[in-house]
Amino acid sequence: MDVVSIRDFSREQIEHVLKLAEKMVPIAKGEERSVLLEGHVLGSLFYEPSTRTRLSFDAAMTRLGGRVLGFDQPTGASVAKGETLAETIRMIDSYSDVIVLRHPQEGAARLAAHFAERPVVNAGDGAGQHPTQTMLDLFTIRKEKKKIDGNHVVIVGDLKYGRTVHSLSEALAMFGAELTFVAPPSLQIPKEHLKQIESTGRKPRMNNSLEEVIKDADVLYVTRIQKERFPDPAEYQKVAGAFRIDLEMLKDVRKDMIIMHPLPRIAEIAPEVDSTPHARYFEQAFNGVPVRMALLGLVLGGLK
Amino acid sequence: MKEFKVTPIRNGTVIDHISVGMALKVLRIVGVKDTVTSTVSVLMHVPSKKAGWKDIVKIEDRELDPKELDKIALISPNATINIIRDYNVAEKFVVEVPNVIKGIMKCANPGCITNQSEPVEPEFVVESKKPVTLRCVYCDRTTTDIAENVQ
Repeated sequence: MDVVSIRDFSREQIEHVLKLAEKMVPIAKGEERSVLLEGHVLGSLFYEPSTRTRLSFDAAMTRLGGRVLGFDQPTGASVAKGETLAETIRMIDSYSDVIVLRHPQEGAARLAAHFAERPVVNAGDGAGQHPTQTMLDLFTIRKEKKKIDGNHVVIVGDLKYGRTVHSLSEALAMFGAELTFVAPPSLQIPKEHLKQIESTGRKPRMNNSLEEVIKDADVLYVTRIQKERFPDPAEYQKVAGAFRIDLEMLKDVRKDMIIMHPLPRIAEIAPEVDSTPHARYFEQAFNGVPVRMALLGLVLGGLK
Repeated sequence: MKEFKVTPIRNGTVIDHISVGMALKVLRIVGVKDTVTSTVSVLMHVPSKKAGWKDIVKIEDRELDPKELDKIALISPNATINIIRDYNVAEKFVVEVPNVIKGIMKCANPGCITNQSEPVEPEFVVESKKPVTLRCVYCDRTTTDIAENVQ
C-alpha cells in the first residue's frame, strides 16, 4: 500500500487511520514503549528542506522501534551527480522496508511508487499532494472539536500554491465541513480544486476579507505565503503579510475557535496569539507523530 | 462539372473533417519531412456541411498507424479517416479518443516529474472526450490544451 494522494483514500480508510493514531498518542509522547516496527528500516529521501515533516517521520519510526536512513538534502548524494529519481528509488528500495519521499517535482511520489516494490509515503511533492499533512490536520480538528463534519473551517493565506490547502480542503469537504476560502484574488483556490470540492455537494464560499468571516469560524486554518512558489517576486511582495492574525483580529471570534497552521510561519500569526486559548499549531505539529506512526504501522503491516 | 481543388488520390489516406486550423498539427503528427517520398496535400479552411469550416490532409501511398490515429483523435476528435485503395474508399471511420493516453503527449505542467529526464512515459486518464480533458496520472493536473502537448 502506498500513501501518495489523499484522493486514493476513502472516508472510512481515513477514519481508520485517525482511530489508530489516537492509540499511538501515548507512544508518541514517550509515555509508553513500543517495538511494533522493530527490525524495520525507513528510507527517508528529502530532496527539499523540511523540518517538521522529516523529524516527525523520524520520531514516528524510532518510537515504534524502527530505524531511519536517508538524506535531508540531495547535495553530495548521487542525486547531485545527475541520477534520476527512478534510479535512486530502485536503490533505496533494496535498502529499506518503506520509503518516505519529499521532492520538488509534482508527481514524484507516484513515480516512486511505480518503481518501488516497497510502500512509498508521499511527504510532499512540489505544489502537489501532501497526504500525511492532511491526515494530521484532520486528526487535529477531530481531536479538538470532537468531530469534523458541521464545522465551519476558514482557510486563509496562499490558496493557490499552498500544497497543504488543496489536499486538506478536498478531504474536509468529503467529511462534510463547511469551507470558506480567504485570499487575495491572485492567490485564490484554483478552479480545479473548487470543482473537486463542489463534486462532494458542498458549496464553499470565497472572500478576500478575513474580518468578514472570522467571527463565524470554528477553525481558522492559516497558511504561509510561500515565496519559493512565486514566479514573480513583485507579486510576492504585494501579498506577503496581507492577512496577519493578531489579538485585535481575534476580539470577536467564537470562544472555542481554534487556529491551526502547518508551520513554519513567517508573520501570518503574531507571537502574542500563541498564548491565547485559540492557538493549536504546536499541538498540530506534535500530532504529525502519532498520525505518521499509524500510517507506518499500516503500510508495514504492524497494524491492521 | 464538379471542380476539384485537389485531385483524388489513388492510394493512401484522406483525413477529413479536421478541426479548422489543426491541419498543420496533423502534419506534424504524420511527420512530413525530407524522407517522405510521396505527395502530401493540405486543404485549410474548406467549407464543411457539418461544422462550417474544416481542414483536410491527403497522404498518398501511406496508411496511418494506431499511435498516429490516437494523436489525431486528441487534437481533432471529429476527424474521419478514409483509406483509399485504387481511387476507392476502402475503409472509412471516425477517429476515437482512447481511454488511456500513454507516451503520445507530454504533461502541460512544467513542474511535473514526467517533464524531467525520468525513464517513464507520460500517462493520462481521459476525464472527458468532448471536449478532450486529460488528467496526468503522475501530477494529477488536468489539461484541455492538447494540441500544444502532443508529441
